[in-house]
Amino acid sequence: MFRIPCPFCGERDEHEFVFGGQAHIARPEPAGQVSDREWAEYLFFRDNPKGVHLERWQHRHGCRQWFNIARHTVSHEILAVYRLDEAIPDMNREETV
Amino acid sequence: MSKSQPMRLETGGRIDRNKPLSFTFDGKKYAGFEGDTLASALLANGVRVVGRSFKYHRPRGILAAGAEESNALVTVGLGALEEPNVRATLQPLYDGLAARSQNCWPNVRFDIGRSLDYLHFLWPAGFYNKTFIWPHWHWYEGFVRRLSGLGKLPPGDDPDRYVHHNVHCDVLIVGGGPAGLSAALAAGDSGARVVVVEQDSLLGGSLLWSEGDINGEQGDIWLEDAVRILRQRDNVTLLTGTTATAWFDHRMVIACQMVTDRRIPGEGEGPRQRLWKIHAREIILATGAIEQPLVFANNDRPGIMLASAVQQYCNRYAVAPGKRMAIATNNDSAYGVAGALRNAGVDVVAMIDSRQKLAGKAARLVRDQGLTVFHNAMPRDCRGDKGVRSVSVTKRDSLETLATLQCDCIAMAGGWQPAVHLFTQARGKLRYDASPGAFVPDEIPPHMHVAGMVAGALDLETALEQGREAGLAAAGDGLEVRPRTRSKNTGALHIERAWSGQRSSRQWIDFQYDVTLQDIDIAVAENYTSVEHLKRYTTTGMSVDQGKTSNVNALLALAARTGRTPGEVGTTTFRPFYMPVTLGALAGRDSGEFYAPLQRSPLFACHEQLGAQFEDYGAWRRPRVYPRNGENEQQAVNREAVAARTSVAVFDGSPLGKIEVQGPDAAEFLNRVYINNVPSLKTGRARYGLMLNENGIIIDDGIFARLADNHYLVHTTSAGANRIHAWMEALLQGDWPDLDVLLTPVTSQWANIAVSGPRSRELVERLETGIDFSNNGMPHMSMVTGTVDGMPLRVLRASYTGELCYELNIPADRGAALWQRLLQLGADLQLMPIGVETLGVLRTEKGYLHVGSDTDGNTTPGDVGWGRIADRKQGEFLGKRSLSRTFNTRDGRLEFVGLTPVQQGGVLAAGAHVIDADRSGAPAPTRGYVTSACYSPNLQRYVGLGLVQDGSRRLGETVNVYDAGEVQGARISAPAAWDPEGDRLHA
Repeated sequence: MFRIPCPFCGERDEHEFVFGGQAHIARPEPAGQVSDREWAEYLFFRDNPKGVHLERWQHRHGCRQWFNIARHTVSHEILAVYRLDEAIPDMNREETV
Repeated sequence: MSKSQPMRLETGGRIDRNKPLSFTFDGKKYAGFEGDTLASALLANGVRVVGRSFKYHRPRGILAAGAEESNALVTVGLGALEEPNVRATLQPLYDGLAARSQNCWPNVRFDIGRSLDYLHFLWPAGFYNKTFIWPHWHWYEGFVRRLSGLGKLPPGDDPDRYVHHNVHCDVLIVGGGPAGLSAALAAGDSGARVVVVEQDSLLGGSLLWSEGDINGEQGDIWLEDAVRILRQRDNVTLLTGTTATAWFDHRMVIACQMVTDRRIPGEGEGPRQRLWKIHAREIILATGAIEQPLVFANNDRPGIMLASAVQQYCNRYAVAPGKRMAIATNNDSAYGVAGALRNAGVDVVAMIDSRQKLAGKAARLVRDQGLTVFHNAMPRDCRGDKGVRSVSVTKRDSLETLATLQCDCIAMAGGWQPAVHLFTQARGKLRYDASPGAFVPDEIPPHMHVAGMVAGALDLETALEQGREAGLAAAGDGLEVRPRTRSKNTGALHIERAWSGQRSSRQWIDFQYDVTLQDIDIAVAENYTSVEHLKRYTTTGMSVDQGKTSNVNALLALAARTGRTPGEVGTTTFRPFYMPVTLGALAGRDSGEFYAPLQRSPLFACHEQLGAQFEDYGAWRRPRVYPRNGENEQQAVNREAVAARTSVAVFDGSPLGKIEVQGPDAAEFLNRVYINNVPSLKTGRARYGLMLNENGIIIDDGIFARLADNHYLVHTTSAGANRIHAWMEALLQGDWPDLDVLLTPVTSQWANIAVSGPRSRELVERLETGIDFSNNGMPHMSMVTGTVDGMPLRVLRASYTGELCYELNIPADRGAALWQRLLQLGADLQLMPIGVETLGVLRTEKGYLHVGSDTDGNTTPGDVGWGRIADRKQGEFLGKRSLSRTFNTRDGRLEFVGLTPVQQGGVLAAGAHVIDADRSGAPAPTRGYVTSACYSPNLQRYVGLGLVQDGSRRLGETVNVYDAGEVQGARISAPAAWDPEGDRLHA
């Protein structure tokens, strides 16, 4: 059961959050001119790394804000937490949270 | 001692002889003492057969004294308080305890199911997979299911209460034995918040039953001191009777506490069990080790026990498990047991040791005690179906019989396997260490520490030292210091594994699931040589005890038979739970009325007053119908549905989802989430809209209205209210942060009463609202605001019934007053309250879509007749691009249509399959489904809606509808069977 440091509220239990899938999925624009293949990749293709995964979470039963988490998919260690308007932190320099 | 407990020793034990208790087993009355477990009390009374095995129904006795017990599973309690599969070894005795044996009929001593054992050669490992395939598994399933299973479900709901408790600590110590207590003393001294979890009702672990000196004093004295010091510490929490059973990520451990072990009706007020969710910064595992059985012929007979269990019964409970003991061993630990038994006055007939010779302490003990030892020897077989009577001893390498010993109990000492369950759940890595002959912790996960027998320590001194080091490290920064995992004395067991050469009788590996060495031979012969395959093919280790006493022997046997080392064979994956947890404890308070929050409309009391028949629709408890004068449901629906089309009906639509969307970019935002054109909607007007996800699939529908320039009210389906709000939030925060829009969910702020029917205008005009309800003043699809009784009123003219309809929205706390007022004002108009079922009939007659019923996860706007709206819309909206994917444009899509029975009196049912007209029954390819169907009292026939392949191009065609073996014809039609032109809406 994760302990998630919400960037707005502080550390809370996983129960209060919902998972929103991979972060930084850019919608191809203008969508009307995108090929079927490119559109299908946007809709259906996601990374499945053994390692750091950047993903969206929402503090639904708290501040209801969405934010990003960098999570290691083996240890489930949360390496970084950052707001949607923040850049992806440099994970090499980042101390564990 | 009293005759009633023939096996009770005269003195000793941690039982209170001044507190006699009485209990029953299989209806027979017995006596025991405070401090007993059910197992020790049964042994004290000489009860040897306590259960039957899972597959062969073999008589079984008590094997162990703790969590590893695999035979003595009993049902405790009566009636609704029954609990099946309780380990007798963990159940504290109490006065009035009623226990029953399981898996036997008519009784545990004579069980018809035993016939399976006599025919055992018919069902070896894999027999299911080979036998039950012809003609088909289902042919056997009913019979096999009746035979299988352990224990019975209790009759009735569990009246006991279970709670959850969250706790955070610096250091969690699992295990309250010497290593765990030593760790707790060290960590507690540093001021860290410490939680100690111990499965037993007493702290002390092996100190409760084994002799051992600490600092030159008896272990007892150290234990008393340690517990006294820890109890005085505010920063240390000691939880006894609590089993840490599962590890989860980020260092959360779940532990189940027996708050009261008693199952007596009406006793006590608190919860029965408490599920602790312990969030720890550091975890110390001091979980000890589990003694392993020896493998020999008929080693499952009652009276054959783990040696350490024999010692525990003797020393802790003052019970002699037998009058004449034989002890079989492959290591030195059995000699300490022999000494303890002799000291307690129990006759040890002989030691059967598979090793060549003895040295050191064991050899000294043999000399001092004058023990008879058979060296290089193994038990060949034993006799005694309902309790062992004799054991034959042979040389290890031959079948030459050395002796036949008369004995009533055989103690087995097969070495110790560290209890690494939580360790491996936490992704710790194991290594096979030949010197203790066990899988020991190797790579320790971060923030975890191991101490004591689980870390390979075999003597008290090492265990205490490891505990202290772990405690200090965990209470400190937790990162730098690593306790040593290897004992300096790991060689102390001098263990040597050996296998009996005898093959004529079965030798048990897994007692609970009846897996034998012969089954492992079969698996190996059939090339199931991966440990995971072996487990699944033979079912070894899959039983309720999860292989606590069977895994190691199974792995070693597999290694020996495939010429590999145990390390190469490896272990299966350990998963939660280490010990079973009751469903009650997992559910906690989240059951029954607390299972989910119940939502009630502000008009709930009004519905009760009208005698509504309620039903839960999603989270909402809503009136289904309002039956009158003994009507059944169908009669009530018919009456309500006819009235709604002839006079006026009121319907409580309060659960309808309502989201206010405000801000300069509100129109732009909604234009992106609806397939409809939003900016063209004028203030005061409303429009029906569909929302799609990016795949182009309909996710919700409803009416949206423009209340002001930058202010919209979005209606969602009742079930979609929270989901759509959350989805909109995600879009605004994540995808379009540049849009200046504010969302406010207001579903529960407003009561919503739909006034519907030809005379609805007459009724609403009787309210003093200042609103012009005429067709010109307020046309179909408009929304106006006014007041009633000084309260704000929002009126939407839109319809889900197909009749002239006004939806009155009023602040929730005034809803009931408005409802009552309407009932009064409409009395002379034959006003009729209608329920959710009736509304369903009306909308089905009218052919209105219900998202979720008439759509599925593939339905696009084009499939429900909204393709042109989507095509014609200028600008981008969610899902638009997906509508032109070939999958969404190809032929053969399921399209929304009406279905009318061809035959007079024909019946349609939702869920029925649409098949081709030339097919008269199954098997036939499915061409679609009936998605909604009901009897229409207004049309006096059944009406149906469905999704049918290419339906919109096939209007007028006849298809067949298949439902539960019945086939009948239905004509494809436009969805609306009632008022297809829609004149009534615009009246």
